[in-house]
This record gives sequence, structure tokens and C-alpha cells, in this order.
Amino acid sequence: MKGIRPYLVITCSIALAGCEGTQSALDPHGPAAARIAILTWFLLGLATAVLGLVIAATWLAIGGPDSVRGWLGRQRTVVAGGIVFPTVVLSGLLIYGLWLMRADASTSTPDLRIAVTGEQWWWRVTYHLGDGRAIESANEIRMPVGRTVALTLTSPDVIHSLWIPSLAGKVDLIPGRSTTLRLKADRAGIYRGACAEYCGGPHALMALHAVAMPAQDFASWFSAHGATLPALDDAQTRGGQLFLSAGCGGCHAIDGTEARGIIGPNLTDLGSRQTIGAGLLPVSRENVARFVARGQHLKPGNRMPQFDIFSDEQLSDLASYLLAPKQSEPHD
Amino acid sequence: MTDTAISDYPNPLPRPASELANLERAWALPRGLRILTAVNNTVIGYFYIGTAFLFFLLAGILALLIRLQLAVPSNTFLSQETYNQIFTMHGTVMMFLFAVPVVEAMGVMLLPQMLGARDLPFPRLSAFAFWAYFVGGLVFFSTLFFDLAPDGGWFMYPPLTSTRFSPGVGADFWLLGIGFIEISAIAGAIEIIVGVLRTRAPGMSLQKMPIFAWAMLVFAGMIVVAFPAVILATMMLELERAFGWPFFIADKGGDPLLWQHLFWFFGHPEVYIIFLPAAGMASMIIPTMARTPLVGYELIVVALIATGFFSFGLWVHHMFTTGIPAISLGFFSAASMAVSLPSGIQIFAWIATFASGRLRFHTPSLFVLGFVFIFTLGGLTGVMVAMVPFDWQAHDTYFVVAHFHYVLIGGMVFPLFAAFYYWTPAFSRHPLSERTGKMVFGLMFVGFNVAFFPMHLTGLLGMPRRVYTYPAELGWGTLNMISTVGAFMFAAGVLVFVVDLLRRFRPTMSDSAGNIWQAGTLEWLPNGAYAARSVPRVTDRDPLWSEPGLSKAVEAGRWFMPGTLTGMRETIITSTIDAAPVYVLRLPGPGWTPFLAAVFTAAFFLILTVKQVTIALTCGVLAIAMMIAWVWPSDPPSAGRVDIGGGIRLPTTMRGPRSQAWWAMAVLMLVAGSLYLAWVFSYLYLWVVFPAQWPKPQAAPLHGIAAAALLVASGIGVSLAGRWLPRAFGPWPFALCIGASLIALCTAPALDITGHWNSGWRPWQDGHSALVGMGLVLQGQLTLAVAIMTLFAIARRWAGRLHLRQPVVFDNVRLLWLYTVAQSLAGLLLMHGFPRVAT
Repeated sequence: MKGIRPYLVITCSIALAGCEGTQSALDPHGPAAARIAILTWFLLGLATAVLGLVIAATWLAIGGPDSVRGWLGRQRTVVAGGIVFPTVVLSGLLIYGLWLMRADASTSTPDLRIAVTGEQWWWRVTYHLGDGRAIESANEIRMPVGRTVALTLTSPDVIHSLWIPSLAGKVDLIPGRSTTLRLKADRAGIYRGACAEYCGGPHALMALHAVAMPAQDFASWFSAHGATLPALDDAQTRGGQLFLSAGCGGCHAIDGTEARGIIGPNLTDLGSRQTIGAGLLPVSRENVARFVARGQHLKPGNRMPQFDIFSDEQLSDLASYLLAPKQSEPHD
Repeated sequence: MTDTAISDYPNPLPRPASELANLERAWALPRGLRILTAVNNTVIGYFYIGTAFLFFLLAGILALLIRLQLAVPSNTFLSQETYNQIFTMHGTVMMFLFAVPVVEAMGVMLLPQMLGARDLPFPRLSAFAFWAYFVGGLVFFSTLFFDLAPDGGWFMYPPLTSTRFSPGVGADFWLLGIGFIEISAIAGAIEIIVGVLRTRAPGMSLQKMPIFAWAMLVFAGMIVVAFPAVILATMMLELERAFGWPFFIADKGGDPLLWQHLFWFFGHPEVYIIFLPAAGMASMIIPTMARTPLVGYELIVVALIATGFFSFGLWVHHMFTTGIPAISLGFFSAASMAVSLPSGIQIFAWIATFASGRLRFHTPSLFVLGFVFIFTLGGLTGVMVAMVPFDWQAHDTYFVVAHFHYVLIGGMVFPLFAAFYYWTPAFSRHPLSERTGKMVFGLMFVGFNVAFFPMHLTGLLGMPRRVYTYPAELGWGTLNMISTVGAFMFAAGVLVFVVDLLRRFRPTMSDSAGNIWQAGTLEWLPNGAYAARSVPRVTDRDPLWSEPGLSKAVEAGRWFMPGTLTGMRETIITSTIDAAPVYVLRLPGPGWTPFLAAVFTAAFFLILTVKQVTIALTCGVLAIAMMIAWVWPSDPPSAGRVDIGGGIRLPTTMRGPRSQAWWAMAVLMLVAGSLYLAWVFSYLYLWVVFPAQWPKPQAAPLHGIAAAALLVASGIGVSLAGRWLPRAFGPWPFALCIGASLIALCTAPALDITGHWNSGWRPWQDGHSALVGMGLVLQGQLTLAVAIMTLFAIARRWAGRLHLRQPVVFDNVRLLWLYTVAQSLAGLLLMHGFPRVAT
């Protein structure tokens, strides 16, 4: 599948309007998360019942009628309450848990493979096109509704953990290893996720979004060819020149330009993403300008130096350029 | 039997007039600044508990700062760097500088009195452990004020904590500071094991021993097995940081998960290490408060041991999200659930005890009830997170934060406060105030639940741990604000407690408020600095209940050893299982050496952190010199047989497995064995995960075989040296024989290293080479210890202090020596043999 992604942010935004992005294990939107949510409610109920039992037993042991107290005050109580009862309950739970794990351990071929690399403190997202080539994005995982997506997780620096609670539990990204997280969304929506393993510095500011799109929307977004893009206006052109002359391309890539840096996120489709700075701020011209100029204040310790040398006008041009629609190009 | 014991006391009245004065003189406390030289377990106990409580307050203040920062979304109260340091220090200080030390301190404080001993068997060792912890802990904490504190989390996962991602000295402070405090914890554990097993009152067989002593025995045993794993891990990470040995660097054939295995092999038992003594305290307080013997004593003992056992089989439940195969997940899930059984047994035993007696609602009872409620809830959420799929969601979220605070604060802090209220009358002129106590309990109980209960929900709503800020849109603001309010309420309770403590707590050795609860165990006997005036024969688990006249008889000196028999401090050493008197151990009095040894040891580790190697080594040498000065007077010449009363005449020295020294060395060898097994695990682990990167066998076997031969020869040599112990031979044959053996012992690792080196091995090459290096480091470390001890033995031989009648120093050298030979041979076999078999 030879794919060039056109700029589809407008249609997508309409389809997904109003979702700021939930991040809750109690609000499942996929089968894995749903199974665990049911388990959660079941366990909470069970825990409440057992706690109630212990409180009642304590209460009766202290202030109950003598007959009850006499009955409770024997070694038999210890054996029944401390050994027999928990053994029965826990054995049942263990079987339930193992059965759930089997359900999650499906090895069927996924419909789509996406490589996600956790880096201090953002997510590199690589869509493999199936012909050995790939297109690259960041901090956002687009996926078709109802299809199983296998995320291949790695880390070049420290340990991270990818957690999108509405879709599934978390899996760690560990240097030297490759782990897999299978996601499936039941309905279209934007689901917020975060890094769950402390990774130093601004670990708190390492979020991402899973954008689940109707399958046909996803297909056209993923594989559409040669859509015509509007030409850059003056401000955007100036911004583009500034981007190159200020050396931004040393770290960032914008497909189809001389900017081919690989240290930081690929910015080609920035305009169609939900956020900048890995979930830090919603994408807007003001926010992009703010991030460029005051990034170290907004996300202390992040790897991008703060470009406070630019004038407001330059920042505005730069932001306009970065948000302008561009085509992602597959690379090897 | 009991009746005859009462009518037939071993020592007649009236007692000689000078007897009590002599006893008091032997146990007199040093005054003024010399109190630093005190080694009496009660004095060290006060210091130890006080220091641990200070760290509880300090780390508690850090917790309040955390709660302030998180009270509202996008808060700017703390900077990100500060926050990361603070949460790292909060966890580290609470776990390493408060929780473990405070329960160890309670053991040091309570055990001798509770067991009917005059003191612990190695008073200077507990003094050393305390001072090392005191100095090391304070310096470690103060790094926070210089912006040098570690910020890699209390779990210190590499590669985040490697030089590449944490170039500052913060991580080194953690590794060396905490590694060193763990050594102090191990010293305390050795003391407690030998104390519990060998210094019980005559007749206090294991099945008559108070539950707290059982709990402390299991606690100390767990420290011996668990702490070496994390000591090994900290050594490896420090070697990686300082010299680039890539144990945890994936690119060089190391594995970051190796750290997690080692850390949690320690870290999970750690939770039970903290909990068991607290549960033991609850098992002491409840029978007294309900005025009835504990129901299910035997079951509780089994539960304590089972907890210790199970707790080593579930460390992987901290790693459920690392992509470990499902089959191991299933095993560790089952083990994690199984460990809740022993806790269930204890909870129902306490309930049964409530039912069989009548609970009095004094402050200790309230804290115990609060403990039962909170800990049960924490245990239930523990079962939840043991369910692997649920853990995939809950792991590293505020749900887990809630869970373990319920377990740790519920399971340890509440029983500890119950214990403070309960035992204060035994050690202070006044008990703590009941009225304030109820207020303290109310504030702490309500505050705790307000703070931590909402966190279950915060976590399920998606809030990860260790985040210094969160956006308002996610809707966690209200819950966090509630938690913050609760935290301050809890803190207010602690503050009221501190005020009450300052107003009412007046430490004393002789005129304590006494047995105001009418408890049944020996720590409530009338006490002096020498503990009880005389040591009773114990025939029952609650001797003060079964023999109402016991306190009077003990105080009058009618029981065993009512004075000092040799003019020194003494305690009766009894047999391990049935506590039959074996001999009278003379104990050392105050001295500067433990204090100075501790200060120099702390200085060695801390100065090493800032890479002032010369000064650090000087301190290290001084520390060893202090220790030698401290050990020199030990194993004094026999004072003949002494009469403890009732016609029982006991020797004053003992050799072999009946002596306390043999037991301490045996436990130390267990520590070394645990450390070594952790290394063997690491070595094989890397092969299991990266078999492809396992190097082809390189080192020629010749050096290895020669090294093995030298080791065996040195073992035979040291055994032979024992033949020349009798005084008649003079010092030369002994010195020559043991000296030659020592040369053989030291040459073996040198030869082995040369062999490896010549075949191209470099420890910084790859993970496997680094682990080979680590094996050699461990061998070198033991060899060095044996060398110092051997030189010490030779010096004593020359000084006429080592011969057949004072043989303990040689006995101990030989034990450790033979262990070193065995371990080194095992290492040779593994490092030379396994690569040939495996590839």
C-alpha cells in the first residue's frame, strides 16, 4: 500500500467534535478495557462485601450478644475466617483472572501494526505501510474503529509505559526489548493516554491521544493519494524560510522539505494533531508560538531549547507555517 | 509446677545489702556528653525510636508539600525538579529511614525486657547500627537542602538513574547512602535473631515466647534474605555509574529489568518486613486490652512464618506490565493472593480475641481497631491488584498509591501509634494523655481516610503516579483537593501527638508509670537500667497473669541472677528451643568505639559519593581501626562457673554452636549467602534473557583450576592452624600456618582475575563481563574481611588472648574462611563451567 496522507484534519475534527479526550479506566471504549472495567466493579463489590463482613465480625466480637461472642471467640473462627473463606474466594478469583488473561492474550494477526517509541518526553509514532516503508507522526495514534491494532513498543532512552485507560491496560516500553499492546476501539472518539512509568523531568507532561476513526475514514486518511494542498500564503512562506534558517530542521523533519532531523518529532502533520508538546496544549497558532518561545517554562526540562530570539511576528509566521497542511511522505 | 516454682524461689531473702548497688554500678549510664558512648538497649532504643520518628515527621512534611502541589490542577507551588526530588525523598525516607528502622528500634527497645534478658547479646552492635543510621540518614536527608537529592524515584529504575540520564550526584547519594543504611539494618537484624534465639529467660521455650518476639524473629530473618538483593543491586548500579560496568545497559548486553527483579525481590518482602513487627505489636496489645490470652497463638506463629515465606515469591507482581509471559504472570498472581491468607488468619485471630475477652476502649485499642479496618481495606485492594488484568489498569496510578498507603499506614503506622500509647508507661514516668490520645486517633483516622480513600477513584479515573501537575480538564481537581485536606487533618493528629509527647513523655530507667494496663508479659516487670532485678523462670505465655506475685519476687531479687556475678554486665544465654540456661554472657559497657566506628563508616560512604577518594579511604581505615579496637576486649578469659541461684552453676565462656558468637557468624554467613545467590541469579538471568549475547568461553581453565587448588589448600591450612591453638605451642606455628593459608586465599582471586584478563575479559565490555567482575568483587570483599580478621587473630595470638581457652576469634575466622572457600569454589565453577555448558 503506497500511501500519501492528505490533509484531512477538518473532516476528522467534525467527526470527533466535542471530545476533549477521556482518560478513565471506568469509561471503557474497547473490549479489553471493558473486560477490566467489569472486573473492577466486580472486585469493588467483593471487597466491599468482605470489608463489611470483617467490620460486622469485629463489631459483634466487641459488643455483640454473649452467645455470638462465645461462638466467635474460638480458634475455629480463625480457621474458618482466616483460612477456609479466603481460600475459596481467592481460588475463584484466580480462575476468573486467568480466564481474563487468556482472552487478552489473543495471538490473531492484528489488522494494523504501529510502532510507538517512548522518548523523553514524547511519543514517536510510525505507521508501517506494509511495503517496507513508513510514515512518521508523533503523540497521536490514529486507528480504525473495530479493528485490532498492535502497537510495537520500544524505547531508546529510559523506561516508559503507554496507558490509554479507555482502551486497554498499560504496557511498559523498555530499552532493549520490544513489547506489544493491542488496542481496539468500539466507537469513534479521541482517547487520552499518558506515560505511566516515571521517566524523569516532565514525566507528568508526556501524554498522547488515540484517535479512533470510522474504518473508511481511516482508510482514506491512511492511503489517499495526491490530494491537492492549498498553496502556502505569504506568512506561511516566511515561516517556512525561518524554520529552515533557524536550524529547526536539525531536529525536526517536515516531509518534502530539507528539514530531515530525527531527534525530535516529525512535524509534517502537526496541523492535524490534537496537541503539541505531547498533550501539553491544544494545537493552535498561539500555542505553537508559545511553545517555541517559552517551551522551557511550559514543559521544563524538555529537550527543545527555548527560541525566545524570535519576534512575535516571526513566531506567528512560524506557527502558521507549521500548522499549514502538508503531505506526509513515506520513507524507508 | 507453677506452685512449686512460686514457693521455691532460687535465691533466698534477704539479699546482701551491696548486691543491688553493685548491679546498678555495672549498668550505670554514662553521663553528659558521654551518653554517646552508651550501649544499653534502652538508651539506644530511645535514640533509635526518636530518630526514626524524626524521619517520619520530616518525610511527612515532604508528603504535605506533595499534597499542596497537587491540591489544584496546574499548580506552580513546587517546580518540577523540586517535586521530583521531594517525592523520591518522601518514599525513600519513609521506607528506609523510618519504617524499617522504627520497627527495628522497637525490637531493640522491647525485646530484652520482654524476653527477660538484661540486654541484647551484642549491645555495641546495636549502638553501631543506630549511629550509622543516624549520621547517614541525616546527611542523606540534608541533600534536599542543597538541591543534591536524588530524583529517580525511591525505586531508582535504571536507565533513568544511569549516568547518562542522571549525571548528578543525587543518584550516588541514594545508592551509597541507602546501601549503607541497609548494612546498618542487617547489623540490627543479626542482633535481633541472636537475641531472640539465645537470650530468653529460662523456661521461655519457643512456644511460650511472646508473639512480638516471633514477629521480630521472622522480620530479622527476612531482612537477612531480602536486603542483600538490593545491596547487590545498589553495588552494581554504582559500579555502572562510576566505572561503566554495563549491568543494566541494554545496548551492551545488560538489562534494565535485572534491576527490577533484584529491587522487588527486596522491595516486596520489605512491605511485610514492615508489617510483621507491627502485627506482632497488635498481637501483644489486643490480649492485654481485652484481658484474655491471644486466641490462635500457634496459628499466628504459622501465619508469620508463612508470610515471610510467601513474600519472597511474589516480587514479579510489581512487573505485571513489563511484558512478562502469561505463565509467570499466573504464578505470581496466585502467590500474591496466597500471601493474603496469613493476614486473614491474624485478623480473625484478633477478632476471636476481642470476642473471648472484653475490650477496654483506651487509645491503644482505638489505634488497633483503626489498624484492623484500614489494613483490611488495604489487603482487599491488594487482592485486586494481584489480579493481573486489573493491575494492567491500576499499576502506577493513584489506585496503587491508595492501596499501599492503606497497607503501610494502616498496617504499620497505626499499630505503631497503638504501641507508643501502650508501651509508654513502661518507659516514661507518665503515660500519654488518654483524652488527647482519642483526639489524635480521631484526627489521624478520619484524616487518613479522607486523604487516601478518594485516591482509589483518582487512579481509576486515570491519574498516574509521580506526576507533579495535571490539567484541569481531566476532572481530578476535586478529588485531589479532598486528599490534600485529609492529609493536613492527619498531620494535625500527628502534631497533637507530638505536643502530648513533649508534655508527658519523660524517659526513665527506674520509676516508670508501670503496668497500668495489667499486661501479662515480662517487659512490664519493674525495671532498672539492668532490666528486671532478677530473671524469672517462665512457665507460661503470660507469666504476670499466671503468677500474680511474680513482679514482687523478681524485684526482691528472689529469681535468677539478682546481682552481678562477675562485676560486669551479664545476661543469661539459654538454649535455642527450650531456653535451658547454658552460660552467663558478660556484656560490654559504654565505649566510644561503636560511635566512632559508625561515624567513620558513614563518612566513608558519604564522602565516596562526592568522589573524595583519599579522604573516604582514610575514614574507611579509621572505621576498621575502631572496630578492631572495639572487638579487642571481647572473648575475655573465663571467670569460672557462677551461681545464678537455685543450684544452677553456669560457665562464663562458651565455644561452638552453643555460643552467641557462633550464631552471629552463622547469620552473617546467611547474609553473605543471600548476597551471593542474588548474584548467581543475576548471572544466570542475563543468560536466560539474552542467550544470543552470551560470550564464547574465553578464560583458559588453567588459572581457574590453580585458583581452586589454592582455595582448597587455604581451607585445609586454616583447619590445621587450630591444632596449634594450645598455649604451649607459642605463637609461631599458628601464625605461620594461618598466614600461609591467608596468602593462598588471597592469591586465588588474583590468579583468577589474571586468567580472565589475559583472555581479553574487561568488566566494562558487556553485561556478562560486568557480572563476572561483580562475582570477583564479591569474592574479593569476603577475602578482604577474612584477611583483616586473620591479622586480628594473629595479633591476639601474640598478645596471649587467643588460645584453647579463648578460642572464639579463631572459631569465627575459620567459619567465615571456610564459607569464603566454598563460595569462591562455587563461583569458579559457575563462571568457568557454565559458559562452556551453555554455549
